[in-house]
Amino acid sequence: MDLSVIWFVLVAVLFIGFFFLEGFDYGVGVLLPYLGRNDDERRLIIGSIGPVWDGNEVWMITAGGALFAAFPHVYATLFSGFYLALFLMLVALIIRGVGLDFRSKQPGPVWRSTWDWLIFAGSLVPALLWGVAVTNLIKGVPIDAKMNYVGTFFDLLNPYTLAGGAAFLLVFVYHGAAYLTLKLEDDLAQRARRAALVIGCFTAVACLVLVGLTYVNTDLFASVGAGISLWAAVGAFLLSYLAMRAGRTGWAFVGSGLAIVLTTATFFWGLFPRLMVSSLNPAWSLTVANASSSPLTLKVMTVAAGLLVPVVLLYQAWSYWIFRKRVTLRDLEY
Amino acid sequence: MDELLLARWQFGITSTYHFLFVPLTLGLSLLVAMMETVYVRTGNELYKKMAKFWGKLFLINFALGVVTGLVQEFEFGMNWSEYSRFMGDIFGAPLALEALTAFYLESTFIGIWIFGWNRLSKGLHAAAIWIVALASNLSAFWILVANSFMQAPVGYVLRNGRAEMNDFSALLTNPYVWNQFPHTVLAGLVTGGVFVMSVSAYHLLRRSQVEFFRPSFKIGLICTLAASLLVAGTGHKQAQYLAEVQPMKLAAIEALWETADPAPFTFFAAIDSAKQENSGEISIPGGLSLLVHNSLTGEVKGIKNLQQESEKQFGSGSYVPDVPSVFWSFRVMVAAGGWLLAVTALCAYYWRRGTLEDKPLLLKAAVATLAVPYIANSTGWYVAEAGRQPWIVFGLQRVEQAVSPTVSATSIWMTLIGFTIVYGVLAVIGLYLMGKFAKQGPAAPAETTESVEGKGVELWT
Repeated sequence: MDLSVIWFVLVAVLFIGFFFLEGFDYGVGVLLPYLGRNDDERRLIIGSIGPVWDGNEVWMITAGGALFAAFPHVYATLFSGFYLALFLMLVALIIRGVGLDFRSKQPGPVWRSTWDWLIFAGSLVPALLWGVAVTNLIKGVPIDAKMNYVGTFFDLLNPYTLAGGAAFLLVFVYHGAAYLTLKLEDDLAQRARRAALVIGCFTAVACLVLVGLTYVNTDLFASVGAGISLWAAVGAFLLSYLAMRAGRTGWAFVGSGLAIVLTTATFFWGLFPRLMVSSLNPAWSLTVANASSSPLTLKVMTVAAGLLVPVVLLYQAWSYWIFRKRVTLRDLEY
Repeated sequence: MDELLLARWQFGITSTYHFLFVPLTLGLSLLVAMMETVYVRTGNELYKKMAKFWGKLFLINFALGVVTGLVQEFEFGMNWSEYSRFMGDIFGAPLALEALTAFYLESTFIGIWIFGWNRLSKGLHAAAIWIVALASNLSAFWILVANSFMQAPVGYVLRNGRAEMNDFSALLTNPYVWNQFPHTVLAGLVTGGVFVMSVSAYHLLRRSQVEFFRPSFKIGLICTLAASLLVAGTGHKQAQYLAEVQPMKLAAIEALWETADPAPFTFFAAIDSAKQENSGEISIPGGLSLLVHNSLTGEVKGIKNLQQESEKQFGSGSYVPDVPSVFWSFRVMVAAGGWLLAVTALCAYYWRRGTLEDKPLLLKAAVATLAVPYIANSTGWYVAEAGRQPWIVFGLQRVEQAVSPTVSATSIWMTLIGFTIVYGVLAVIGLYLMGKFAKQGPAAPAETTESVEGKGVELWT
């Protein structure tokens, strides 16, 4: 197989890992002000992702770096094109990251609740924007013959991509609630479960809207496999919801995770062999053929990724194993 | 202002800001790792306390380094898309490798370290901070591999208008990396050492918690003294290497307009860039020849000759960087290094005599020295980057060819202002928290890690 195709798959894998892991971090951040009714509860909620969120975020950084190395034209077009959207996301992530670290380093309700709302916004904005970004990739954006994005920020926003943003956000929030049911104790875990049941209804609607609009706005369903995979994602979510209702929250988390994995895989599947679709002329789309690096770079990167990604998975899994117990006030460091 | 200038300002501001946090991360992580190792080896609780206290300050800095690093990862695509297309093969690979080999380790194990005090064996817990420290320094290596290519391209061919990699090992063995990497890592150790030394001096001056800050001061002092000597040595070697690989940068550093043999070393000069001459200077004859060639004679090429050579090679245009700012930045860096050496040597002298704590002026100087490594780090990078102008990739791509063609000045203005405001606010908050915890010292009640038990303060209803 061509190395550029392998890298297409690897980039997809990195985004899958990113959305699966950061998905619940974003969700937890959005739920923070609503689920945590007092300071201790909020610290517990933050503590549930405390040891792991930083490592999870690296999946996004690596995905960015991998795009740069393997598909420099995509890196260049995407980030210079989605310029202001990316700026908003970066500011949100900066504020969220600092907020998680700094929030409990100072007493005082004003300090803490300000940070709580900043963490909320800093989690909500990227969750939403990633949905907008992914749906824009497949719907197509104005890319000219020189691979430059020639639209504006507002060209990125339309009913379809906003539906994509809403669906991603809601799935992540649901996923975060499912995660919290596993990481918190007693009353808080119950509250997270009830929140998941409410959010889940909206999430289901948003997902169905997204599927419908994907039919209308994209050629994703031209690929039968991608079509099946997208419906499977919806199915996984519904099963997750049923499990949540039955109180089997572990399975609910598996289900929401699977829904995220399948959705991400679907969009990359539907894109293939393109990475960014041009709405101006199909021939101007960025593809694995015209946007990739030279063979040697791809080869070096393939060896490195082949060796290192499994190791990363091992030690990240180990870190989850260390912190597998439900969070109690004694465990808090933030 | 036009897009190019704005994009350059944005990169300058965001990367300089990011690099305020990086050196301390590089150096202090190693120091904390050593402190914890002593604790594990000896069981002496003092060193656990040290690892925790300095670790806490380290984490505030680390958090700011991580979030500002996010911007760096994406900024090449945002403002420098033509550069990214041209250089993706070569620049993207070390960046991706940095994430794969270093960022994952750093970020995963920092979480394990922060939250793992009671969950891991002592040895494993110390191993976690070692991994963070080594991964941080490894990430510096990768980014310097990328930067070194921009300074001195190796292992590439030009094909289809892009620089394509044809020898990965040449990238890793680029002499530029091996000159720059030790200098950078040692500068990190200096920063870490000075940080520990200055904060300790603050407390020694007030005679507060001396049983904790005496040994801390000693660690900081030894680290700073050793590392600043080495940083000067590696810097000297780097300058000699510049004479071969980037003679124009060296000539700009010295404001040497005419080729000279023997070449003088100039302390100060009144530089007239328009006339391409120094209207006045204080210099030692043969000094620069001595520094470059280890001999009192030896030719060092001047800016005018190098400009002619470049025109022959690359066509007409100016190949001269901004001489005055490069010249003065270099001198500020060297002066900062001299100050560091002087203060640490004096401290070491009185420390050995056991009278340091009776020298309030010297302790105050040690506290004030905290700013000095930051000045040296920033001016050093200014010399490295501004001295390369007008090239973004030396000899291959000029800065104006690298900028994103479709990003408007308005967009860059918005993000430039946005990042500057956010960074400014973060600087205030970060300094406040650092100052607060540094002044409290380890003995302060850990009010912030203890919860307000049972109060049930309603923050949101």
